[in-house]
This record gives sequence, structure tokens and C-alpha cells, in this order.
Amino acid sequence: MNKNKEQLLNKRYRAERRFRLYGQSAIFMALLFLTIFIFKIFSTGYSAFQKTWLIVPVNFDAEMMMIDQNPSKEDLQDADYYDIALKSMADLDQNANDDQKNQLKRMVSYFFEKEIKNEILNDPSLIGKTKEVYLTASDDLDQVFKGNYPRDLPEDQRRVSDYQLKIFDQLVAKGKVESKFNISFFTYADSREAELAGIASSFMGSIFSILVCLMIAFPVAVLAAIYLEEFAPKNRFTDFIEVNINNLAAVPSIVFGLLGLGVLLAIFHLPRSTPLVGGITLSLMTLPTIIIAARASLKAVPPSIREAALAMGASRMQTTMHHTVPLSMPGTLSGTIIGLAQALGETAPLILIGMVAFVNTIPGSPMDPAASLPVQIYIWAESAERGFVEKVSACIMVLLGFLIIMNLFAQIIRHKFEKKWN
Amino acid sequence: MIKIKAKNVDVFYGKKQALYNIGLDIEENQVTALIGPSGCGKSTFLRCLNRMNDVIDICRVKGEILINDFNINDKSCDVVRLREKIGMVFQKPNPFPKTVYENISYGPTIHGMAQSKQEMDEIVETSLKKAALWEEVKDRLYEPGTGLSGGQQQRLCIARAISVRPEVILMDEPCSALDPIATAQIEELIDELKKEHTIIIVTHSMAQAARVSQNTGFFHLGQLIEHGSTDKIFKNPDNTKTQDYITGRFG
Repeated sequence: MNKNKEQLLNKRYRAERRFRLYGQSAIFMALLFLTIFIFKIFSTGYSAFQKTWLIVPVNFDAEMMMIDQNPSKEDLQDADYYDIALKSMADLDQNANDDQKNQLKRMVSYFFEKEIKNEILNDPSLIGKTKEVYLTASDDLDQVFKGNYPRDLPEDQRRVSDYQLKIFDQLVAKGKVESKFNISFFTYADSREAELAGIASSFMGSIFSILVCLMIAFPVAVLAAIYLEEFAPKNRFTDFIEVNINNLAAVPSIVFGLLGLGVLLAIFHLPRSTPLVGGITLSLMTLPTIIIAARASLKAVPPSIREAALAMGASRMQTTMHHTVPLSMPGTLSGTIIGLAQALGETAPLILIGMVAFVNTIPGSPMDPAASLPVQIYIWAESAERGFVEKVSACIMVLLGFLIIMNLFAQIIRHKFEKKWN
Repeated sequence: MIKIKAKNVDVFYGKKQALYNIGLDIEENQVTALIGPSGCGKSTFLRCLNRMNDVIDICRVKGEILINDFNINDKSCDVVRLREKIGMVFQKPNPFPKTVYENISYGPTIHGMAQSKQEMDEIVETSLKKAALWEEVKDRLYEPGTGLSGGQQQRLCIARAISVRPEVILMDEPCSALDPIATAQIEELIDELKKEHTIIIVTHSMAQAARVSQNTGFFHLGQLIEHGSTDKIFKNPDNTKTQDYITGRFG
């Protein structure tokens, strides 16, 4: 009898230990996946924050620029920089033939003309002199310098020729290649050329979309939640509404994209590819999330507080506005932020309403065409060029950073301001 | 003098009837205790008196409740005005999660009872003094009311209720969450308050009913079995059920 009892007890302890082990291994697995994921993104992406520059001597020859010796600002604006730019590159190899000259030109980005122009606009006294100018290296050479380029492939399978590599190696040996923090990744819009592509357009697009989404979804959702929770009679009709709000939260986002396409673009003719349409579409998605969060936090306000206010002679409206709603705000706000974070990471509906278009301008308002960060990831991930691989990871890093900050903010609001009821 | 006159009051929660044909007169400036076992309907009856049952969707109240000869179940009765006249203190202390000062000033603010900050300060001070709480909280008026002890919180709720000078104060088991010392303080307070207010208190404690009330009503299964002066109910009840409940044979 006693022995049986002992066995039973041991069995129960063993079961408990086993259960704990399951739990621990589940957490270990989750952490492992997360670590691999983060490591992969960081190891591919960190190099995108560096950009390679070629330092090339440029002779600012007035004659070639077709200006006189003392040009005005306008003259400098309108001057011809192409020839001196070409010549500077060609001069890297005195013996180059025409084909090689062409190859030399392609060692830098097509912005080289503009970069040279900026140099002289900043310092007009350079006319007639020679100065070493930083020119953005082409994305292939950028990858070569970062050690990501398969140099040992046969030449016909590479986009970089042996000749270009030879000149590049000479420049490296002379210390004329430099790697600097890639500011243009944050200030340039998208580009077909990896070395010139940046996230400014998609970043602003995301910000505008989120703002539009917030301005529409928040007031509508909060009012709906307050009405349903505090004023609406509890009957079959309100039950039906509640079920459908929950259903709405489970609708795949691409369906909202179709709705945006069919209604906002086709019927209301709102401008295509804009954060305005994107934001409205996302707000439909965010609406149920905020309603559910707001209702939950309204429900969490104890009825005794409502009774206290009502018994003091407050009207239903006063009770709600003076007591219930302020007390539910922290929960509502953190739910809103989490809803917005979801919207920020949403891709499918934005693709449908055309925010996937190639946009090489930075939007100044929600009415201008723009991409968004997750769509930018999608666009770049589709590009075959090697230079975009690291950009994809870098863009993911920026997006993840944003999401983490938003979720952190939601947590802080929840922990700091939410009332604990005993 | 009779302050409140309840006639043929029936209350239904959905299809279930909670109160049957209650008729009860409540004397002005006296304490009336409502006693009875749990679920007998005494709290339900109390909540009829300031129409707090309106909040419950499925609850219906029939019959007449006359306060100052005015039927509060009449359509013309404005609940906001009614609740200004009939204050209520709940079972569990429920101060607003705001400062002590804001807890008291809330009622006078929404009813527009103070024209200036000075007048409001006065109302807050007198209310807290009447609730015998002033000495304890005068230095922490701007600290949260939820930070006070349980007994202090309940007196804060009483102070909040009397801040709008109600004629009647309803108390729903005001001491059930408190320790004996805090209970004694509240009972003392009730004795003091009855000079200016008519008080109706629901209680589970026979001893408390005997100590604080002048009149008692005994409820059982939704019916008012017996009511009269506390002395009579406790010493010489007419009904055997009352006798059994008071002597602790059931309930």
C-alpha cells in the first residue's frame, strides 16, 4: 500500500519534470529560430550601411564646361559637366581605348556628373583647377570592395570586366577607394541602380500611410467601442455586430486591398499609388483591432466606478467621458499602437492599390505616389542585382527597428499608465 | 414624518421576479435597516430608491415609490436630479482613481454647486469633516483616494455622497469589507449623519442593525415579511420567520 503510494508520487514528479522540459525546449527552439533569423538579417544587411567611393581627380576645365572664367551661379547650374566627368574617368588609364573608356565610365554611378557638379557649386573657385572628388562606385565594385563579389568566376559570367577589376585594384592600392557611412540609403528614393537606391520614399510613404490610418481608424474605432460597450443595449443585433467585428479582424489583408482597389480607386478615383489610399485601406484592417482592444479595456474598468459616478448623479455620457474612457485609454492606446505596427508591416493590400510602383521621388504629402517599407523590401527582393541583396536586409532592419520601438512604446504605456484593479 | 413611501413595488430580472409587492414607509431623519438572508431582495429594493436598477438592461420595476410625495418611477422623474437628492454608498469602497479632493468635488462640479474655487474648497472641507475624515486627509488632499485604507476609503465615499447635500443616503452593506474598528467609526458616523439625512442601510449584521437603526424591515425571498421599530423587531417580532432569522436559526 505504502509502496504503491510512493510509486504514484514519483510518477507525478516525473510527469512534472517532463512537462517542464517540454516547455523549456519549446522556448529554446523559439529563441534559436529568432537568433538565426536576426543573425542572418544582420550579417547580410549590415554592409548596406557602408558605401564605397572612388576618389578621382577632376580637372574643372572652363572650356570643356563651356563657361567663361568668372561664371555666375546660373552659368554653373547650366554648365556641361558630362565631358569633364567622362574625361576624369578616362584619365584613370592614359592608354585606354574607346571600349575601355566606356568601361571606366561604368565604374561609377550615373550620378557622377551630379556629384562633380555639386563639388563646384559648393566651391566655384575650383574652376581651372584639379581636385580629387568622391564618386559613388558602381554597385558591383561596391560589392567587390565589400568582399561579396565572386571575382573568380569566368569573365563572361561577371558584370565586372577584368579590365575594370584591374583599374579598381590599382585604385585600392593607391588608397583611392574609401568606404563611408551610407547616408544616401536614408536620403535617396528608390533607384534602378543599387548603389543609388535608398529608403527615403518608402519610409515617408509608410509614415504618411500610418498617419492617415491612425486619423481614420482611431476615432471611428474608439467611438464604436464606446457605443457598443457603454450605450448599446445587449441584444441579438449587437451580438451580431460583435461577432462580425471579430470576423473582420480575421479577414486576410489582401481582401482589404481588393476593396481599396475596387472602391477607393475605381469608384472614388482617388490618386493611385498614394499613401492616402494605402492609409484608408490599412485603416479598414486596423479598425477591428482597435475596437477589440478598446472594448476589452473598457470592460476592464470595474462596474463599481460607473455605479459610483451614476449614483453621484452623473449622466451616462458624463460617467463615460469623465471616468470610463479616461481609465480605458492606456489599454486603448497600446492596442492602437499594436494595430498600427501590424499595418506598418502590411504588404499585400498596398501592392493591390499600386503602392508597388517604382517611385524615385520622395513624397511630400499623402497625395503623392510612394512605396512603403515592406513593399520596398518586396521590390528589392525581386531584383536580381547583387547590390540589392544587402539592401533588402537593411530595409528589414529599419522596419523591424520601427516595429520594436512601437511595440516597446505600447508596453510602456500599458505598464506605466494602466490602473491595476484589485 | 414619512420621507419615502413605497407602494406595491414589484421588481423583475427578466422573467424572474425578485421583489413581491413591497410596501414600506421610511421615516425622515431616522436610520432604517433592511435585513434578511442573501438574495432576499433587500439590495434590489435599496437600488429602486435611486433608480440604480435602470442600469441593468433586463430589470423592470413596477409600483410606486413616493419621495416627498413624488413618484420617482414616473416618466417625468429625472434620474440625474433624483440621484442628486438620494446619495448612495456601496458595499465595497469605490473611490474614483483620482485625488481625494477630486473625489469630493466631482458631484458639486457636475451639479454646478460651487461658483468659485473657494466655495469648492469649503464644500470639500465640510464634507470631509462631516464624514470624520478631515483630520486624517487634510494634508493629502491631492493624493489619490485609492491610496487610503479601506475604512478611510469608505468614509471618503460617504463624504463624496454627502458633498451634494442629499436628503437621503442609501447604504448597501457599507461595512462588509471593513474591520471592526473601521466599522465602529462608520456606525458612529451614521448616528451623526441622521440629524441631517434620512438613512437606509442594508446590513447582514444583526448587531449592526440593532445598534444603528431606529426602524427595521425584514426581507425574505423577495417579500417584506415584517417591518417596524427596531426595538419591536428584535425583541418581540410578530412573525416566526423574523424570530428565527434574528435568533440565528436560519439565514
